[in-house]
Amino acid sequence: MKKEIVYLDEITVRFAGDSGDGMQLAGKQFSDASASSGVDVNTFPDFPSEIRAPEGTLYGVSAFQIKLGSNSVNTHGDEIDVLVAMNASSLKVNIDNLKKGGIIIANISGFDSRNLKLAKYTSNPLEDGSLKKYELSILDIDAIVKEELKGSGIPPKIVKKTKNLFALGITYWLFNRPMEPTVKWLNSKFKNNADVLEANIRALNAGWNFALKNDTFKKQYDLQPAVFEKGTYRNISGNHAVALGLVVASKRANLPLFLGSYPITPATDILQYISAYKKYGIRHLQAEDEIAGITSAIGASYGGNLAATTTSGPGLSLKIEAIGLAIMTELPLVIVDVMRAGPSTGLPTKPEQSDLYQAMYGRHGDAPLPVLAAASAADCFGMTVEAARIALKYMTPVILLTDGYIAQGTEPWRIPELDELPNLEPKFADNAETFAPYSRDPETLARMWAVPGMQGMEHRIGGLEKQNITGAVSHDPENHQNMVEIRQSKVDGIANDIPTLEIMGDADADILVIGWGSSYGAIKSAVDEKAKEGVKVAYVHLKHLNPFPSNLGNIIDKYGTILVPEMNMGQLKFILQSKFLKPILGLNKVQGQPFKTSDIKTKIDAILSSKEVAL
Amino acid sequence: MKTLLDEVIARPHIGTIDYEPKDFKPDVDVRWCAGCGGYSILSPVQRIMPELGIPKEKIAFISGIGCSGRFPYYMDVYGFHGIHGRAIAIASGLKIGRPDLSVWVATGDGDNMSIGGNHFIHGCRRNVNINVIMFNNEVYSLTKGQYSPLSHKGQITKSSPLGSLDEPFNPAALALGSGATFVARGIDKDRQHLQSLFERAAAHTGFSFIEVYTNCNIFNDGAFDSFTKKDVREDKTVMLEHGKPLIFGKERDKGIKLDGFKPTVVSLTDGTHSVDDLLVHDEKDSTLAFVLGNMTYNPEVPRPMGIFQSLDRPSYDDSVLAQIEHEIETKGAGNVEELMKGKESWVVE
Repeated sequence: MKKEIVYLDEITVRFAGDSGDGMQLAGKQFSDASASSGVDVNTFPDFPSEIRAPEGTLYGVSAFQIKLGSNSVNTHGDEIDVLVAMNASSLKVNIDNLKKGGIIIANISGFDSRNLKLAKYTSNPLEDGSLKKYELSILDIDAIVKEELKGSGIPPKIVKKTKNLFALGITYWLFNRPMEPTVKWLNSKFKNNADVLEANIRALNAGWNFALKNDTFKKQYDLQPAVFEKGTYRNISGNHAVALGLVVASKRANLPLFLGSYPITPATDILQYISAYKKYGIRHLQAEDEIAGITSAIGASYGGNLAATTTSGPGLSLKIEAIGLAIMTELPLVIVDVMRAGPSTGLPTKPEQSDLYQAMYGRHGDAPLPVLAAASAADCFGMTVEAARIALKYMTPVILLTDGYIAQGTEPWRIPELDELPNLEPKFADNAETFAPYSRDPETLARMWAVPGMQGMEHRIGGLEKQNITGAVSHDPENHQNMVEIRQSKVDGIANDIPTLEIMGDADADILVIGWGSSYGAIKSAVDEKAKEGVKVAYVHLKHLNPFPSNLGNIIDKYGTILVPEMNMGQLKFILQSKFLKPILGLNKVQGQPFKTSDIKTKIDAILSSKEVAL
Repeated sequence: MKTLLDEVIARPHIGTIDYEPKDFKPDVDVRWCAGCGGYSILSPVQRIMPELGIPKEKIAFISGIGCSGRFPYYMDVYGFHGIHGRAIAIASGLKIGRPDLSVWVATGDGDNMSIGGNHFIHGCRRNVNINVIMFNNEVYSLTKGQYSPLSHKGQITKSSPLGSLDEPFNPAALALGSGATFVARGIDKDRQHLQSLFERAAAHTGFSFIEVYTNCNIFNDGAFDSFTKKDVREDKTVMLEHGKPLIFGKERDKGIKLDGFKPTVVSLTDGTHSVDDLLVHDEKDSTLAFVLGNMTYNPEVPRPMGIFQSLDRPSYDDSVLAQIEHEIETKGAGNVEELMKGKESWVVE
């Protein structure tokens, strides 16, 4: 059958089904295969915190959204072009985000009376005409895979689980993406399970062939490859990038890596990746709790390792006292906080920029430390290396903030050459004659790092205030004032050692948008789209939150109207207001969902039209 | 692949390691109260340091919070005074990251059994090669006299003016139940015995736990007098010695016999029992160790002192290294560039 081929600049696909339907796997395969075929991709896994929620329920829907583009793709897409709905509930919770005229691929066996009831449909949406503004493709995936694998001798339980691969096969045909990466992946994943391997590969091919031969799908869509800087790329999630960043930082610093961590959503992947890297000489401890995670890392740092701990909001709260200890003992430590919606257990699988206050201020005493935030999944790599650089150079714990959105979402990452990365040069004490535990580098104010094994430098440090230089326990009032001020100056001074901000968009604008962390993609897209509409918007994105880049104050001074979009109730906004004494507008989204480009655009429009005034 | 740290670890020691105990005394005043049992721990620890046979820069003492927390300041080696309850976790990270060091923990009954209880039980089962000395004075001293998880039921303290309602932990039984490979107990009044326990702990590969009954003469004076005072000690305690029957008493006239799993006191002079009837201690018998551990608060039997158990099991830190070595042997040393590239990269020309 002759099928029309339609070329598009970008397309957003969402796989949705039960949490046991393998939607995350299908989505990840689709994005990896798409990325390797040269288009830009950005993904957003969106799943419930239950592992296998009761089948067919609304709260059990697990989804994976991918945006593909021939141009730069900064977000996972505001609206869906193609929705794969494996059951009634997955249609119900996602239909509102489907574009008018968008494609629905619905698995009819997930729309029986039980499913409809669980989804709280009073009539079957596939039959009652309620979906007529969409392009509806109804197929019985369960029956097709059963038929396809009839006589193969493969147990029905396995056959049933190949539905996602069938759906994936359809989308591969629909968007003309290569199936080879997935076939290769299946071969490696199931090399010891012939039945599962065969069932999955046949289901994948069956999906492709069904779409090709059947007149359910009349059009095939294609995208031109995006233009990328030269180099070697891979598709990577933020958590994976952090893990690689830690390994590479230890290589650049020529120090062994120690990771002390406790499993917590959505940071656990980092611990899992690192635990498999034994042949790189990495030591890790899955600790008994969050506190042991960080304190074991402090112990390893005291011993001269590049030490790290990874966590999410509730875990960071538990680590706070130990962070104070690392500040007091002035030991290098990388703390990665993959933020999730809080407070308390909150929405464990959903992103939020929840922990900026906690990272900046969450300690007793005046306890400053550098705070960084990664802007995207790929950016997590460089920012992890940056966190290690600052930690080692300034002898300080550093908090790197990422969040559930970029930690689990993926995008193409240009893999740097090792020598493109900064030199990380830990400065071990070298002279026992002149050594004193709190003698400092006059430029960085970093104290000397003498580790056990260095003869003649035996010394005692700890959480008690120490006398400057000698490190003897000291309750002297003047000394405490001096030490508090030194610790503050040390961190403040890092402002001279980080890049200044560059204004994106149009510097000659009436409005300045300031972003931080994972909202980079949505804000960047919004600013670019406004520029196309002829609206001048200036944009700066903060990756260093403590200290701020040295030119931030000057930039803020230049603009009358400043907007800070944040996935919290205004944490950066209030910090900026108190530091720069400037009224700032906030756009605050706390729904456990990342910003849409349209959220930002709508706010910019509202401000420019109404001259909204900051309070 | 040698790192900067490997270079530090490999540095030769210049000069002798033929130390005297005084070489481990730093030039600071010990600030424990006069008469504190802590002195009776510090001195035998300093005395065994030369026997470790390693340079003093290879020794580290880690502590938490409490009177015991000051211990590292009183040892002229590397020291780290941590936060409340976390000494074992800090020491574990240090030892895993630096297996070449001799790592010691000084802790107390509040630090280790209460706020640090979780790290203690996991330290026991994990078997990191560190030595944990717990100063047990059955009271919170540095906060000036509240009941601890080892205070006895009914104990009058500042926070239990009508008597504590809590049952105490039995630290030896807790350690054994948590899988500790080396569990011992001594008293501050017997420094020589303590020294022998510390020597054995230092020689043990794996997690060593030594509980020391430590008198706090300010907030809980005489807590252990009922079984440690000179005139009663030999009748109220029994020394555990590997391969020897459990005999006790001023006249060495009593012994412990097992009646099923129940330890009972028998007389060696009334003609009913001989030495051959007595329980013979075996440090390698973990079932026996439980029986002995449970004698702790049993008023019908003397309190056991000495080494309850000493089992040979690979230490966690050795296992970490073995796993790394095995991976490198079977797969080759990892190449970071290849790791970055992964299996599914593509090239844009």
